[in-house]
Amino acid sequence: MTDAPLAAWDRVKLARHPDRPHVLDYIRDLTRDFVELHGDRTFGDDRALIGGIATFNGRTVIVLGHQKGSDTKENIARNFGMARPEGYRKAERLMRHAEKFGFPVLSFIDTPGAEPGIGSEERGQATAIAESLLTMAGLAVPTIALVIGEGGSGGALAIGVADRILMLENSIYAVASPEACAAILWKDASKAAEAAQTMRITANELQAFGLVDEVIPEPAPAHESPRGTIKAAGEVIARHLNDLLAQYPPGDPAAADRLIASRYERFRNIGAWTAV
Amino acid sequence: MPAMREFLGRRGKFRPQPPADSREAPHIPDDLWTKCPSCGDLIYTKELDRTNRVCPKCHHHFRLRARQRIESLTDPDSFVEWDVDVRPQDPLDFVDGSGGYADKLAQTAKRTGENESLVTGEALIEGRPVALAVADFDFLGASMGSVFGEKLVRAIERAAERRIPVLTVSASGGARMHEGLLSLMQMAKTVAALNRLGHAGVPHIALLTDPCYGGVTASYATVADIIIAEPKALIGFAGPRVIEQITKQKLPEGFQTAEFLLDHGMIDAIVPRDVLRETLGRLFVLYSKAVPRSGART
Repeated sequence: MTDAPLAAWDRVKLARHPDRPHVLDYIRDLTRDFVELHGDRTFGDDRALIGGIATFNGRTVIVLGHQKGSDTKENIARNFGMARPEGYRKAERLMRHAEKFGFPVLSFIDTPGAEPGIGSEERGQATAIAESLLTMAGLAVPTIALVIGEGGSGGALAIGVADRILMLENSIYAVASPEACAAILWKDASKAAEAAQTMRITANELQAFGLVDEVIPEPAPAHESPRGTIKAAGEVIARHLNDLLAQYPPGDPAAADRLIASRYERFRNIGAWTAV
Repeated sequence: MPAMREFLGRRGKFRPQPPADSREAPHIPDDLWTKCPSCGDLIYTKELDRTNRVCPKCHHHFRLRARQRIESLTDPDSFVEWDVDVRPQDPLDFVDGSGGYADKLAQTAKRTGENESLVTGEALIEGRPVALAVADFDFLGASMGSVFGEKLVRAIERAAERRIPVLTVSASGGARMHEGLLSLMQMAKTVAALNRLGHAGVPHIALLTDPCYGGVTASYATVADIIIAEPKALIGFAGPRVIEQITKQKLPEGFQTAEFLLDHGMIDAIVPRDVLRETLGRLFVLYSKAVPRSGART
């Protein structure tokens, strides 16, 4: 951690660093009894968005997350963490599953964005994301989302409509990739660093906008201190989860209604406008 | 068709507005003729207004500005606008290659006569009250930022309270980049409001028009109870150029058209503009018999 604030583009590079821990690393270090649950029951299994059931902090939870690869071969298998409609449909299915059994949902966000592709369009990429947003907005169990690397647009938000939104210090969360933003607004993708700066995509800036509840410091950039970063993240997640479970005890229908109402207010109040 | 006759009787009431699509031939009130971008035919502009801006020869549906759409769908003089006072800000001090967002907003407002890209309000359609939210593609590509989200959610909340259906008419390039993550979060905000509307047993009908992409297609527009598209409208998640660049594949014929979406099971129906109002009116009658589930969350 340096004293001077890093420029946005430096954060982008850290957030995308290939050696940064991915969701399966978090699952390995922070949970026990993990069983991966595959498939959307409709078309296929997306290896870019994984899900499963595990014990976290003595409690059964459903875990979701975008999985990037650590090398080219794994990245191709994981589609670089870009989920297809099957991934979002699996996530949505597992959210309903969590609700059915009263398990909290922990989601780990790390994606450049949802996959742009012919097959993804044919199988309803937009609808799959929208349905996931809808289910998560109304879910009767506590949800925590942690951005561990790249929070890329709608493909990230699809598993991010949570009661607590956390970010690692060197993660980013953006409406579009800086490259895409530069290509559209500057007509020049090489202006990505400038775009990254003006888009306010760093964890600290987003916390200042009230969009993020807590920024988790990395002892050193996560690719240099993976275990330390994961441990720090685990402690913060546990604290927020305990807090949510104390406020909204599982199995109490009135508490579930309050939880959904409080999540509604959270998102309802996001925006900047004037009333003249 | 009484609806159509009524509409024909009101011809020429459209406000003079700049074209809804820069690719299309300029349409200003003085222009006698408009060239159809699809068949290339020259159409007498007054005739085009009479046909609800559908080419009489090839049935190409020209894009409509928000107020043209409202005029074409609602009963005469029934539209009452909501939340005109909600105006955009520049929360990020966003500056891109062509200047600041605040300046861009001011210029766009001047050019389009609108303060934002979404017009909301209530109106009667075939005599039935409805909450309307209509996107204006001429305003920064009808991108969804804070004001779009806020006006839409207010409209949905009022509709839920008064138990009147919601009709959204979308055309959009997606989330507005100039407001950063605040824009992305409007996807969650609008969908959350529709979740409540659904629990109240009040229907949402979405009309997707050309072009409809990104954050709008991936949020409120596709969780509607009924999804209708206009013929040949381009609808998708990622834009065709992006897909072509990334996949290096040739896109199939008719990719992302309304007809393509219908074939793939993504929308309920394609409804041509000349029977749209009548179709919506029929749906509103049918849904007026809705019985909310007992114990439904509101």
